[in-house]
Amino acid sequence: MNPNQALLLSELPDGFQGVVARVTGGRDLAARLAAMGLTAGTEIVVLQNRGFGPMLARVRDTRIALGRSQAGLVTVYERHPADDSATLRSASSG
Amino acid sequence: MNATPQTIPPPSGPPRPAKSRRLVVGLAGQPNVGKSTVFSILTGLTAEVGNWPGRTVERREGSARVGGREFHIVDLPGTYSLTSNSEEERIAREFILAERPDVIVMLADAAALERNLYLLAELLLLPIPVVLGVNMVDVAEREGVEFDAHVLEAALGLPVVPMVASRNQGVAEVLAAAAAVADGEQSYAPERPEIAASHREVYEEVVGLVRDSVPEGVPPAWAALKLLEGDREVTDRASRWLPPEAWQRVHGLLHEHEDAVLDVASARYEWIGRMVRAAVRRPRLGQVSFTDRFDRIATHPAWGLALLLAVFGGVFWLTFSVAGPIQEWLEDSIVAMAADALSGALAGAPEWVSGLLVDGMLAGAGIVVTFVPILFVFFLALGFLEDTGYQSRMAYVMDRFMHRIGLHGKSFLPLFLGFGCNVPAVMGSRVIESRPARLLTIMLTPFVPCSARLLVLAFLVPLFFPAYPALVAWSLVVGNLLVLVLIALLLDRFAFRRERLAFVMEMPLYHVPNPRTIMVFALTNVWTFVKRAATIIVVVSMVIWLLVSYPGEHVNDSYLAMFGQTMEPIGALMGLDWRLIVATLSAFVAKENAIAALGIIFGADGEGLGATLSAMVSPASALAFLVVNMLFVPCVATVAAVKQETRSWGWTGASAGLMLASALLVGTLVYQVAAWLGPGGASA
Repeated sequence: MNPNQALLLSELPDGFQGVVARVTGGRDLAARLAAMGLTAGTEIVVLQNRGFGPMLARVRDTRIALGRSQAGLVTVYERHPADDSATLRSASSG
Repeated sequence: MNATPQTIPPPSGPPRPAKSRRLVVGLAGQPNVGKSTVFSILTGLTAEVGNWPGRTVERREGSARVGGREFHIVDLPGTYSLTSNSEEERIAREFILAERPDVIVMLADAAALERNLYLLAELLLLPIPVVLGVNMVDVAEREGVEFDAHVLEAALGLPVVPMVASRNQGVAEVLAAAAAVADGEQSYAPERPEIAASHREVYEEVVGLVRDSVPEGVPPAWAALKLLEGDREVTDRASRWLPPEAWQRVHGLLHEHEDAVLDVASARYEWIGRMVRAAVRRPRLGQVSFTDRFDRIATHPAWGLALLLAVFGGVFWLTFSVAGPIQEWLEDSIVAMAADALSGALAGAPEWVSGLLVDGMLAGAGIVVTFVPILFVFFLALGFLEDTGYQSRMAYVMDRFMHRIGLHGKSFLPLFLGFGCNVPAVMGSRVIESRPARLLTIMLTPFVPCSARLLVLAFLVPLFFPAYPALVAWSLVVGNLLVLVLIALLLDRFAFRRERLAFVMEMPLYHVPNPRTIMVFALTNVWTFVKRAATIIVVVSMVIWLLVSYPGEHVNDSYLAMFGQTMEPIGALMGLDWRLIVATLSAFVAKENAIAALGIIFGADGEGLGATLSAMVSPASALAFLVVNMLFVPCVATVAAVKQETRSWGWTGASAGLMLASALLVGTLVYQVAAWLGPGGASA
């Protein structure tokens, strides 16, 4: 698997740590998520994803609940794009 | 718990001569930063609750006196940013631009400072000075976050005050800092965020194009940035502010740079990063906080649901074991005493006067009074759930279910409260920020069978269907809930189709609740209901009394009966004769009236009523009657609450019309099917 491949947030398991790649789905959602701390380049941790219903993630010290369809509009890199080593910067600081 | 503003010790330091000018302070902040706590400490019950002009969002303001100085505090709606995405955001910025407060106090959550400063980045573009209060530093410390107010103050170039508002720490200091800035005693030279280099050129061109056309008071730089962000309201206005050629050029630029919104946001966070870099430390990394531990249960699909049901069980238990007896006591003593006293005083007056005043006006006032304990307990519970942060978890756990019927997770709380009483349920819909979602919830709430309706059901079903009351009652309740779901689906599909909502919600850290905040919340809500709904309830009660009492002596010769008779052709579809129609209509004042009305109309009560009813009303008609009574006529208090919350007679009418239509439809359906199945089908 390409380590820099963007994955859908809605498909990531609990405990997954990554970096937000992009928020698609229009300006409104992007602006709303940005105001809550979720922008491209932000470290993100999946707190809870049961595969159905809404999910929980943490960005910038904020726990955000996202509906499944909204989470499907956010893509995430598994590791920091600028960081080629295998170690991921600790996202638990967020 | 006292009702006056809390005594606030003046901040330490040499006393300054009090200035005479009263300062207007806008209290801003993102949601869940303890703004209500600060507001209630400052203003107590002197706060006035109104609405923003032409809006449905509450406007709260009040006076505070700190260190001899008088302040007028206006509580702005809690918003994450100042883009025109929501009504709250438009209100907050419109207030700042149009009403021009002397200074803005922005509260931030110390545990999520970066995200909170996003709002500051937006506020700094507006022409009013800002003072930052960093609240809940104690919670942040427990979460392993330490911050240095002096370092942050130096970086931002504006006063920064650390606060623990729940313990009344820093509240006076932040106001003193605000006064110092407003009076020009403290230097105010904030460092403002700048747009990213990639969009600087286009930004400057847009600023140049709008500079001469924006109305006075609107900063051109702000307008330009909002245009680049794709802000709908500003874009819409700019098309009228600007001369056509300039607008064409701006429009073209915006189209070309649609991605600017992301750049603007990134630039703000880049600025925030620089501001907090030296000021925030995390000495303890990777610890699992209380919030994370508790959330393992509270947000778990199964345990979370169990916890939620237990919490609701507790709320209902509290309501019926505490508020119920108080309500009965009020009815039996205060209201009865007032009725006796009034009847005594009116002994010499004509009969219609005492009737109108005692049985009309006072009965209506009595309803208002007896609602108070229930509302108060419900709002205490609601305030507690909100103040602790648990309310968002309930919405999260329920969203997976509510989503299926087109509702937001937050709709669950008000709808569930509706089983107790529809009035606080309608008022509780305020927790839903978006207006379409709130309206949808308000439209649905009256379909939730409240305890009074269930009581009527429990009383009448055994009279009509002595053979299997439990089965009939159960089917009626289940059928009622199915109708609710069906209507939710239909409304979502047809009336609110374009308003499909994104479920995006912050889960705040758990907090120890502040009793004062909760108490003020409950008292203000109850008082607002009494103030706004009392008139409607009393007037309706008087009108119904007139309709029932005139022109004849008995209800059977009344205007209401005449009206019922003219309605018989419609009633016939549902197997309802005029007497059952009149009983239904008289339930408008209070649901429980249906029982009394049946007794009066059929001239029997208690044991006799059962025999009379089963002799005179066919099982199919009885079933249809019960269905219609469950679906139609929300009690007058609910209608008053709908009016109060929607601030629109149109929506209030739509709500009543929707109930009427569904009652007619389902009632007819039930009657026709039951009659077709024959007397054997549903007879006792």
